[in-house]
Amino acid sequence: MPDAKKFMYINRKAPYGTIYAWESLEVILIAAAFEQDVSLAFMDDGVFQLTRGQDTKGIGMKNFSPTYSALGDYEVTKIYVEKESLEERGLGLDDLQHLVWEDEDEDYAEKDSIHLVSRAELADLFAGQDVLFNF
Amino acid sequence: MKLTIQVNEGPYQHQSSDSAYFFTKAALDKGHEIFRIFFYHDGVNNGTRLTTPPQDDRNIVKRWSELAKEHDIDMVLCVAAAQRRGIVDDGEAERNGKDATNMADGFRISGLGQLVEGAIESDRLVVFGD
Repeated sequence: MPDAKKFMYINRKAPYGTIYAWESLEVILIAAAFEQDVSLAFMDDGVFQLTRGQDTKGIGMKNFSPTYSALGDYEVTKIYVEKESLEERGLGLDDLQHLVWEDEDEDYAEKDSIHLVSRAELADLFAGQDVLFNF
Repeated sequence: MKLTIQVNEGPYQHQSSDSAYFFTKAALDKGHEIFRIFFYHDGVNNGTRLTTPPQDDRNIVKRWSELAKEHDIDMVLCVAAAQRRGIVDDGEAERNGKDATNMADGFRISGLGQLVEGAIESDRLVVFGD
C-alpha cells in the first residue's frame, strides 16, 4: 500500500433530515481500519451534527450522536468546525459535544478534538488534502 | 489518470447519476482508467434491474450495465446502503432470508472498504451528489 493519504470528510448537512450524516459516520468508522491521515470538517448545517443534548424520541429515529464521542478511540483526532457556520446558526462551541482523544505519547493525556476554524482556514485545509469525502 | 467515481444519489430524482455516467464515459474516451465506481446512499438505487422508465426516456440502470460490460468496470453497491434500500443479490437474499433479488447486471454488492480502497489506490476520487 502506498504511504498514508490525507483524507478529509466534509459534513455539510443536518443530522436527521437526511441520512447523509449517519452514512458519513459509517464510512469514517470503517475507514479507520485503513490507517490513513484522517480529519473531519463540519460546515453549513453539518455543524448541527455535533450539538449536545440531541433527543430523537419524537421523530422515531436512532440518536447516533453518542457515536461522535467514540471517534477518538478510532484515532480520529482532528475535527474542524467552521466558525462562521456556527455563528450564522446562533451556535457556539458550548453548544457542541466536548470531544476528546487520548494522546498515547503524553501518558494518555486528554486533548480536545474540536478546533474552530474560519472559512478561509477551512479552505486552506481543503487545499492540503489528497482526498475529500463530501457528505 | 486512475479514477474512482462515487455516486451518492439515485436515478431520475437527481441529475447526479447522469452526470457521473457522462463524466465516466468522457474520462474513458480520454484514455483515463476507472478503478471503480462506488454507489452509496440512494446511489445504490442505480443498481436495481426492476426499473421501467418510459420508453422515450433514458434507461439509467441499463446504461450503467452496458458501460460496465463494454469497459469491464468494477461497479460496487455499498452493502449497508443496499440492505437499507432493498437492493438484493443472490448472496444477500440468502443471508437475509429475502424471497427475491433485483440487482442489475454488472454490479456487485460489497463493503465500504471498497470505497476507501478506491480513494487510496486512485489518483482522484470524484464524487457526484448533492
